Amino acid sequence: MEVIVIGNGMVGYKFCEKLRKKAGVHQIRITVYGEEPRPAYDRVHLSEYFNGKSADDLLMAPASWYAENDVTLVTGELVTAIDRDRKTITTHKGSTARYDKLVLATGSAAFVPMIRGIEKQGVFVYRTIEDLNAILAYGKNVRNAVVMGGGLLGLEAAKAMLDMGLRTSVVEFAPRLMPRQLDEAGAALLRQRLEALSIDIYTGKNTVELLGNARLSGLKFSDDSVLETGMLVISAGIRPRDELARESGITTGERGGIVVNDQLLTNDPDIYAIGEAVLHREKVYGLVAPGYEMAECVAASLAGEVAGDFTGFDMSSKLKLIGVDVGSFGDPFGDDSTSVPIVYEDRTAGIYKRINISSDGKRLCGGILVGDASAYNMLLQITQNGLSLPTDPADLILGARGAGKEEGAGIAALPAEAQICSCENISKGTLCQAIENQNLTTLDGIKKATGACTGCGGCTPMVADLLKYALESQGKTVKQVLCEHFDHSRQELLDLIRIQGIRSFDDLLDAHGTGDGCEICKPAVASMLSSVWNEPLPKQSTIQDTNDRFLANIQKGGSYSVVPRIPAGEITPAQLLVIALVAGKYKLYTKITGGQRIDLFGASLEQLPAIWKELTEAGFESGHAYGKALRTVKSCVGSTWCRYGVQDSVGFAVEIENRYKGIRAPHKIKSAVSGCIRECAEAQSKDFGIIATEKGWNLYVCGNGGARPQHARLLATDLDRETCIRYIDRFLMFYIKTADPLTRTAAWLNKLDGGISYLKEVVIEDSLGIAGQLEKDMQELISTYHCEWKKVVNDPTLQAPFRHFVNSEETDPGLQFTEIRGQKVPVNWD
Amino acid sequence: MQSLLKEHAPKDTSDVRTWFLAAPVTNFPENGGACVRYKDLQVAVFNFSRRKEWYACQNLCPHKKQMILSRGMVGSHAGEPKVACPFHKKSFSLRSGECLSGDECSITTFPVKVEDGQVYIGFGS
Ligand code: SRM
Ligand SMILES: Cc1cc2nc3c(=O)[nH]c(=O)nc-3n(C[C@H](O)[C@H](O)[C@H](O)COP(=O)(O)OP(=O)(O)OC[C@H]3O[C@@H](n4cnc5c(N)ncnc54)[C@H](O)[C@@H]3O)c2cc1C
Ligand code: SF4
Ligand code: FES
Repeated sequence: MEVIVIGNGMVGYKFCEKLRKKAGVHQIRITVYGEEPRPAYDRVHLSEYFNGKSADDLLMAPASWYAENDVTLVTGELVTAIDRDRKTITTHKGSTARYDKLVLATGSAAFVPMIRGIEKQGVFVYRTIEDLNAILAYGKNVRNAVVMGGGLLGLEAAKAMLDMGLRTSVVEFAPRLMPRQLDEAGAALLRQRLEALSIDIYTGKNTVELLGNARLSGLKFSDDSVLETGMLVISAGIRPRDELARESGITTGERGGIVVNDQLLTNDPDIYAIGEAVLHREKVYGLVAPGYEMAECVAASLAGEVAGDFTGFDMSSKLKLIGVDVGSFGDPFGDDSTSVPIVYEDRTAGIYKRINISSDGKRLCGGILVGDASAYNMLLQITQNGLSLPTDPADLILGARGAGKEEGAGIAALPAEAQICSCENISKGTLCQAIENQNLTTLDGIKKATGACTGCGGCTPMVADLLKYALESQGKTVKQVLCEHFDHSRQELLDLIRIQGIRSFDDLLDAHGTGDGCEICKPAVASMLSSVWNEPLPKQSTIQDTNDRFLANIQKGGSYSVVPRIPAGEITPAQLLVIALVAGKYKLYTKITGGQRIDLFGASLEQLPAIWKELTEAGFESGHAYGKALRTVKSCVGSTWCRYGVQDSVGFAVEIENRYKGIRAPHKIKSAVSGCIRECAEAQSKDFGIIATEKGWNLYVCGNGGARPQHARLLATDLDRETCIRYIDRFLMFYIKTADPLTRTAAWLNKLDGGISYLKEVVIEDSLGIAGQLEKDMQELISTYHCEWKKVVNDPTLQAPFRHFVNSEETDPGLQFTEIRGQKVPVNWD
Repeated sequence: MQSLLKEHAPKDTSDVRTWFLAAPVTNFPENGGACVRYKDLQVAVFNFSRRKEWYACQNLCPHKKQMILSRGMVGSHAGEPKVACPFHKKSFSLRSGECLSGDECSITTFPVKVEDGQVYIGFGS
């Protein structure tokens, strides 16, 4: 049988995957046509494209998948006609193909209202990767952006604009945000939270005209007020792509959508329709999960299985990405008039919760969560599975802070058939079996084995709970240990060191470890000891990597490199001269590093103290290029010279670098400060980066270059210097205290439950009540700073180890150099 | 290099011809090593104070032929005393010289004795 699928989007792809699983190529041949240039990708996570995910990362399956599974994929071709009598389709390139069964998965397009000036440059929609590329390109040349539409998608888009560093406003026609999911009170609270993120909200605004010549310059509202902006992103709802169906005489709804019955059949018995393009029982489903459900039904009936009907789908939704938890499930407004709402509101904490209880007090009908949606999955489960409620239903939303425990307990309470992952329709039972039989122990393991969490990801926290619950009921404990010598996580050891006042590796090993240590735990503990006590470890220097031990970076051949600190890359001619003289005198290879400073390579062990003497006497300090410590704070020249600069980026960078120099961390820390949005210092690739605005400084955190580059996330905007530094103190200290060894801030954030929004709560809102302590500990480290080079220079006993032989003065005869481009370099190793 | 090692390495303690006086105990860092020169040979000597044991082995790391093991970190793997090379963290048993991180060829070890505060290395030549 020939099956043709029109539309290679999320649902079209999922249909191919499901059908191929059910039927081999000999039974059913599958051809799928996609208008977009690339194979189906994960539209649900489209916004992550702004956070460093590449188009390839987002693909539902690589192009090779289609070949391997005998699915013929035609991309970049729009199907323009269906001949239902001949049972053929034609594409815009004129090629035609025959089908026995046809599946329309044409999805939907962003709805663009007919407003005067809509054609202007700077007006975009938010649907495809091409849209995002256009937005990214145009966004470079504007300072602010407006999102039209305050619904799920609109707010998601707004967050993306914010991450692009743009001043962002949201314009909503309705009198409140997310009118379909939230009631008055909830929406008001959400508004308050968003305004705190410095997103401007305009509700009850009817846009009548877009101003500007060729390029957009602003919006004009029906009340004649004007909102100036360089860019507009329209997210005013979706319109099913039913044009092809309509032109082929297939019934469509008058407000759009391909009409189907419960078998997803159109009025043509050989043509199905699935996904967002469909109008089912007068309803269009703007979510992916119902689409997958439809795909399942059709795939089953084509494969000749007994196919269940599609009878509708729960439209509960949770807002992802934006720094505010929002959830809305079941019947949020209690329209079923018999139900009684229970409401909890805390304006100061910015939390609003509402649950609607059936009049007999036995069932949960639905509800709304704003500010804290930690109980969302649990409440949704209770609603969908009609679980019995606690004697006082209010317990469901009160004291939700200790949610962790309740959820765990709640998990246990769920029936095995309870659906946990709605996108992939996976039940609690299935997950538990997978964990048991394939003895999975990690979240990734479960994702790979079962496909859970791979859709919208909303169920991830719940699956994590389930894993913990399942493992514990198997008597296993879930634990991160350092190495064979320590049965503790870094965080536990850090606490032990602090609480028990432990100051040496051996004491820690005797008290809490076994064996004699190794190259993994020794440096880790060394860095912890200095993170807590910040004192030199001369007696135990041997627990440090050779770089930390000799305060320089070992290079091929066994020589070392010397990197003096050059704060912000700012250096006087006189200082340059000192470096030149030292390098000349000791015949060192010199190079400008990627970190805006100068590296002097090729020093022998014996030479190091003498080189440091000359450098420190001239006012230089160690640059800690050898340590898991602050490396560089790069700067751009900023407002002092640059015609675009809005703040003194160099001055701030110097201050920051001098503030944090020397502190030890789980991994190296890098920063940068840019003087304006052009970002010449590449601050968004740093562990913490600062970008000047007219009003102050935007603070980004957890960026990374290296092997797996990741853009930094916006933590806070328009800060004054003091606040900015306070947030950095808290951020760095929180990282130092909680990250695993050799984990950069980016990797740490990726592992952090609740991600950037949780980090914001801890750092900005002080949700854990530890901000004061963090600042205090940081101040402690800063005030105990000392230049490690000076220490060695001033204390001859510390210089003893700086020799190659214990029984001879001469240097290592093995050190051999040749010359390249007029400088010495080590002879290469094979 | 290999020839040098053959020439000087004893098969076992009984085969030692020369007990070479390297340096006073105090010149060796606790739980760390230092490099001793014997003729044209470089020997890494380790003061494994935590175990109250002394070890010696060739200073040359066989992986990239680097004269470096004396600056390596000592430790243990399942009780076996070992040293890890600073360059790429390959570790070698300080008893047998066998490479504990897979592929690399093993290293030559030498007997060590400590008498009235002095450290001696045993050579077969
Ligand atoms: C010297 C320098 C290259 C140069 O000549 O420009 C350099 C040299 C080394 N880098 Fe780097 N990196 C240098 C800038 C960078 C940069 C660019 C920057 O800092 O703006 C990056 C990407 C930014 C980032 O780190 O996010 C960078 C990403 C890495 C990584 C990957 C880190 C990651 O998170 O993936 C490593 C490997 C590691 O640290 O585990 C690394 C490791 C190293 C090591 C330590 C590898 C080693 O063990 O020998 C190199 C020795 C440093 C030394 O001084 O001998 N280097 N390295 C640069 C010194 C900058 C400085 O002034 O301190
Ligand atoms: C930014 C964003 C965030 C979202 N977040 C969520 C979320 O959190 N949760 C959730 O459940 N849903 C979310 N959605 C909605 C979700 O992406 C859609 O429900 C889902 O993509 C629908 O899949 P589909 O295959 O029906 O349509 P699509 O994914 O739009 O695929 C339709 C494809 O068919 C192609 N096509 C159309 N006509 C033709 C033709 N004639 N010939 C050839 N090809 C054609 C189109 O080019 C398109 O590639 C989000 C959507 C966006 C844009
Ligand atoms: S990129 Fe690789 S080779 Fe170059 S300096 Fe960094 S670590 Fe060394
Ligand atoms: S040189 Fe010793 S491990 Fe590579």
